[in-house]
Amino acid sequence: MYQFFFDLTGNVIISTLAVALVPLICVLLVTLFGVWLERKVSAWMQDRVGPNRIGPYGIFQCVADFVKMLQKEDAVSSEVDGVLYNIAPVLVFAGSFAAFAVIPFASTIIGSQVEVGLFYMLAASSFVVAGILMGGWSSNNKYSLLGSMRSAAQIISYEIPTALVVLSMVMLMGTLNLTQISEMQTGNFWHWNIFGGPGWALSKFLLIPFMVVGFIIIFISTLAEVNRTPFDIPEAESELVAGYFTEYCGMKYGMFMLAEYGNMFAVSLLVSVLFFGGYQSPVGYLGNVLGIKWLVSLEQFSWFFAKGWFFIFVQMWLRWTLPRLRVDQLMTLCWKYLIPYAVINLVIIGIISLL
Amino acid sequence: MNYYDIMFYLFAAITLVSAWFVVTTRNVIYSAFFLLFTFFGVAGIYVLLAADFIAVVQIMVYVGGILILLLFGVMLTNQITNVDIRTGASNLLPASIATGILMGAVVSVMWFTDWKIQPTEAPTTTLKILGRLLLTDYVLVFELLGLLLLVALIGAASIARREKE
Repeated sequence: MYQFFFDLTGNVIISTLAVALVPLICVLLVTLFGVWLERKVSAWMQDRVGPNRIGPYGIFQCVADFVKMLQKEDAVSSEVDGVLYNIAPVLVFAGSFAAFAVIPFASTIIGSQVEVGLFYMLAASSFVVAGILMGGWSSNNKYSLLGSMRSAAQIISYEIPTALVVLSMVMLMGTLNLTQISEMQTGNFWHWNIFGGPGWALSKFLLIPFMVVGFIIIFISTLAEVNRTPFDIPEAESELVAGYFTEYCGMKYGMFMLAEYGNMFAVSLLVSVLFFGGYQSPVGYLGNVLGIKWLVSLEQFSWFFAKGWFFIFVQMWLRWTLPRLRVDQLMTLCWKYLIPYAVINLVIIGIISLL
Repeated sequence: MNYYDIMFYLFAAITLVSAWFVVTTRNVIYSAFFLLFTFFGVAGIYVLLAADFIAVVQIMVYVGGILILLLFGVMLTNQITNVDIRTGASNLLPASIATGILMGAVVSVMWFTDWKIQPTEAPTTTLKILGRLLLTDYVLVFELLGLLLLVALIGAASIARREKE
């Protein structure tokens, strides 16, 4: 994609910015319609109608909300720590946006093909933690500080089961490059990693149950990493008002929301790359049949988005179904259940991949 | 001056300026957050040296691990309890003599060493080479470091464990 823009403009800086613009637009759109979908899903779950005034099914409600948010006065409490208070939302969003640099949206729409892609995605989230701590501390509010502490503790704990599952997948695939991982699962849906990966060897059938276990572990732990219910103790409304962004308003609050939905989208895409073939179509491409090359990229992009949106929908579904965990239950789940299971899963997948 | 040079000077400036503020600022929290930018700048310089894996490890370990722990420690003491923790300078003369000698030693080593320079091509991927080296030539060091971390982990768990009545 970089080469394409470079041929088009002939300028390094402009083409780099153009490459960065693609995921940015994706994140903005996902946030806009994610907020709308969240309200609609919650309304359906609670037997309400939800937003229904602006546009068909209230779909432009999100645009109205966005305009309202941009117009809001930036009210800042006099007791906050000025500099850090203003940097924190930017840092949080930068951390969550940085993860998109390595995600292949289609075989031709790829930001960067670095060899350390998966590892980079895990590392980028550490800026989110630092930003959350910064925002919570600089707000000079007990609720904010408690929320940011909880959030940081939760994210760094649940990074371990995530990393263990990612490690087992890396062991199996032999690469950290997200594009290569997607390419390996090419073909039809039975070549996806959740169905044991490509080929028809015995190991494929042995792998299936452990792949399902790995998928469940990484789904739960990434759900906790993006602070969604049932793991939303950092912003538990009944105890902490809104957690680490209690003191924020206007567009700074909007940056936190952008980061939250961006993170949800990033982990959904990560899970679909690792287990559900990334941008690969489950059945084959219309573009290949008709011999139109650009249609294949478009189809891949649509499949990838569909997979991402599906997992976002599951996250919302869980949010409006399950009650919130207590702090001790949360840590017990991570350290006493997920991590041991992930380690056992890692060892078994290692043994099977040696067969 | 091409774009890589500009990037290098940008990252070098970030590293040096934030490191300066880490040392000079009086507020411990500010020091910790400036350290974040120092680590980021160093990671950027690693990327320009074609060491992508080391750069990501730098972010993962230092920003994601050490810095967060540091912030936890400082935050729980400041702001909530209204105890103002500030850093100050003491023993200026001995400190400046000691650091001056150390800096002189480092600079003289850099200056007088007969560096062997040979043109090489930067490897496109460092990951596989690094992994192979860690499990062949440096396997003893690697395993010993793992053991050391395990000992630290067990020690921390045994300190934090609640005593049985």
